[in-house]
Amino acid sequence: MMPSLLPVLPEIVLLVAACAILLIDTLLSDAQRHVGYWLTQLTLLACAGVTLVTAELEPARVLHGLVVDDMLSDLLKFFSYFAVSLMLFYSRGYLAARGLFRGETFVLTLFALLGMMVMISAGSFLTLYLGLELQALSLYAMVAMHRSSNDASEAAMKYFVLGALASGMLLYGMSMVYGATGSLDIYAIAQLVLTGGGNRTILLFGLVFVVSGIAFKLGAAPYHMWVPDVYHGAPTAVTLLIGSAPKLAAFAFMLRLLATALVGLGFDWQGMLMVLALLSMVLGNVIAIAQTNIKRMLAYSTIANMGFMLMGFLAANLNGYSAAMFYVVAYVLTTLASFGGVMLLSREGFEADRLEDFKGLNQRSPWWAFIMLLVMFSLAGLPPTLGFYAKFSVLEAAVNAGFTWLAVVAVMASLVGAFYYLRIVKLMYFDDATDTAPISARSDNRVLLSANGLALLLFGILPQPLMGLCVVALAQSGFL
Amino acid sequence: MEHLLSLAIWVPIVAGLAVLAVGRDRDAAVARWIALIGALAGFLVTLPLWIHFELGTSDFQFAERVDWIPRFDIHYFLAVDGISLLFVLLNSLMTLLVVWAGWEAIQKKVAQYMAAFLIQSGLINGAFCALDAVLFYVFFEAMLIPMYLIIGVWGGENRVYAAIKFFLYTLLGSLLLLVAFIYLYNVSETFSILEWYQLPLSLKAQLLLFVAFFLAFAVKVPMWPVHTWLPDAHPEAPTGGSVILAAITLKLGAYGFVRFILPILPDASRYLSGFMITLSLIAVVYIGFVALMQADMKRLIAYSSIAHMGFVTLGFFLFSQLGVEGGLVQMLSHGFVSAAMFLCVGVMYDRMHTHLIADFGGVVNTMPKFAAFMMLFSMANAGLPATSGFVGEFMVILAAVKANFWLGFLAATTLILGAAYTLWMYKRVIYGAVANAQVAALSDLNRREFWLLAALAALVLAMGIYPKPFIDVMHASVSELLAHVANSKL
Repeated sequence: MMPSLLPVLPEIVLLVAACAILLIDTLLSDAQRHVGYWLTQLTLLACAGVTLVTAELEPARVLHGLVVDDMLSDLLKFFSYFAVSLMLFYSRGYLAARGLFRGETFVLTLFALLGMMVMISAGSFLTLYLGLELQALSLYAMVAMHRSSNDASEAAMKYFVLGALASGMLLYGMSMVYGATGSLDIYAIAQLVLTGGGNRTILLFGLVFVVSGIAFKLGAAPYHMWVPDVYHGAPTAVTLLIGSAPKLAAFAFMLRLLATALVGLGFDWQGMLMVLALLSMVLGNVIAIAQTNIKRMLAYSTIANMGFMLMGFLAANLNGYSAAMFYVVAYVLTTLASFGGVMLLSREGFEADRLEDFKGLNQRSPWWAFIMLLVMFSLAGLPPTLGFYAKFSVLEAAVNAGFTWLAVVAVMASLVGAFYYLRIVKLMYFDDATDTAPISARSDNRVLLSANGLALLLFGILPQPLMGLCVVALAQSGFL
Repeated sequence: MEHLLSLAIWVPIVAGLAVLAVGRDRDAAVARWIALIGALAGFLVTLPLWIHFELGTSDFQFAERVDWIPRFDIHYFLAVDGISLLFVLLNSLMTLLVVWAGWEAIQKKVAQYMAAFLIQSGLINGAFCALDAVLFYVFFEAMLIPMYLIIGVWGGENRVYAAIKFFLYTLLGSLLLLVAFIYLYNVSETFSILEWYQLPLSLKAQLLLFVAFFLAFAVKVPMWPVHTWLPDAHPEAPTGGSVILAAITLKLGAYGFVRFILPILPDASRYLSGFMITLSLIAVVYIGFVALMQADMKRLIAYSSIAHMGFVTLGFFLFSQLGVEGGLVQMLSHGFVSAAMFLCVGVMYDRMHTHLIADFGGVVNTMPKFAAFMMLFSMANAGLPATSGFVGEFMVILAAVKANFWLGFLAATTLILGAAYTLWMYKRVIYGAVANAQVAALSDLNRREFWLLAALAALVLAMGIYPKPFIDVMHASVSELLAHVANSKL
């Protein structure tokens, strides 16, 4: 019997569409670039539709176990389409003003997304690695796309070299695990490790490298060095892309690798993640204070936020995984709005990426100041915004797992974090504007960014749907 | 009837959003009127609470309970008892006064100013009514945002420093509170505060929780030695901000002691009562001396607030009916008196743009009506009989003498110190020869200011002469509270 290809139909659609857009783009003149743009948006919509139609509640494994199709992967893919689509909406004006509104951008974005999708539904080390590399290679290229910018080239170089190193470590770790268990299939490995099979020493050795690789991809300290440079150097649109959907994929990556394949070593990776979480929360928040560039500041904030996410994850139970997943989703939604705001203020030849560029925003536009206020308070984790419940969930998971002390350190770190978010609010509300240029953007961008900002407030008042969804998806996909 | 508490929370918030939506900087008058109507409506919806409140029972009344976040068993659970009811009323009244007080003084970003106060008022009511810990926390924290903006946008010269210090200081305390709540949830599997009253806890757990709760609420009260944000926040805040800060937000800290610490951690409370009484007495005596030396009126009143709130915590930790009721009466009275004092300073600030004592002198010559009002409020601040300031202090001192004579003796020094710093300030500002040309050019109270101060004067006198209605409301709830404290949870 032919195996059904239905579960991988979204990936197939995306791949075909990406190739088609690549071809069509060559036939378009510069004035017609928006055709490629709208085709990309259409592709994302089509993928969402296909994912919805082919969604099954019961987990299924296809292509000899290479791909897992469960509710978790469907949900994370949905969020990824959504994040990428919003990123394109927000960055249209930004890209156009910098000559980056081109077919390559769209195609590379789609390929990166394809990589993420492969990662999200990977059932074997092979697919996991393939997806990761596809995503990473697309992103390296995108960081470097702004060729005339020295910062961008430097960032791309750093990203590439360090990324390759991390991939190497990951691959090395995976090969160790393969050596110990004789399998690449995550479920087969899980079974073997849980029953005490495989050489413990080799497994642990492999685990260390795997965790290091993951930490690098997440940008968790002490593997965080690339994050500020890449966030700063890359065009803001690309920074937004790097900061949003790939975090969802990285989360799925952790779930497949640590929470599924190596769940038998849970006690061991718990300790490693604890160190990562602790360092990330403290270092990220403290160093962010010294930043004068908002992209760098948000980069350190990402590091800190990934620390928080890890704190939920390391509880190593359904409660912890769902808290971490909710955290990632909340974080992605907030990040979209934050960089969306930076791009909104930017214009041709002006990046709006210094902190001073936010001065007196309340005078220039009370509405956008309010939206950015919501973003900042959500990042700081204050009620009534989504960010509060994200922090709340992971703190609950940590206390529930018996790590009350970690929760105390985490809240102290977020107190430090509150300072630099408050500083942005201070600049927007308490200071006088130095830049009086009107804020102009396409109306779809305005509407979506406003909705994005207000969603932080809405989900902050009614967080249950999103929280519940994360729990259900994980429970349906067999995580306990 | 069923949704009175929700109305008390959401009417001001919706009014605040309406002000933001409608108010433009060009037509500030519209914003002012909508805000006034909203504040009035917010106050009117709390009046039925007072009328229909059933005396003689410690039950929580006007309860509303809806599932909110089933994932963590969190409910939208509101209800008031005799303790919280009074503060809901106080808050709604103060919001009305503050909106009215800012009528002319605020010319910049009027809509945002009014909206910030209205939204804050709803959030504060929420914190007083919430019986679910997470709901309480959400209101308790969200409240910081409007106040941060109020101080930072409409404040004085050093407003940025004051605003950030205010925010981070209070956040420091409340973040540990969150961890404490989560810990209690993990022990009890509920966020219901009332169920926590019955939860057995070991002394070690109680002591650790006490530290977290204490930091959160002591910063807010503020108790010595975590009080330093208050004297910085007050001089920089606009008049309305100072009024709400002194009259309401400080009360929320003290409210936390009676709602959370005493009933949930009775053994730790008794174990640490000596420590708490010591801190309270330091606030009363030492801060009283500090207040004497202040050159800035707002700073002086800020220190006097700390001293008065020291009385409140002193009363609570005597664990007697008289002491706790005295503390609560003192909270209410301080709400009226400190609000009135800050409004008085605001009246002068609007005319002279300074609140340094040295810039004044002989104000009585040009502002006789004002001088009369300020005399009354200064006396109330000093605890003169027949003003509200006397009742609470007297009750607490009596309770303290019953517990230990020397305790009562030290507490009673406030009557001397309070009189000294308040009346000395009054003398330097109001009496004497006219200090300078600016003072000579002062105009007396206008009609709006007159009625604003008259309303507060009536309340101060009424509560001073006949405090029984207030005490009747809280009596049963305080008895219940003391029963919880007496009941060991070990």
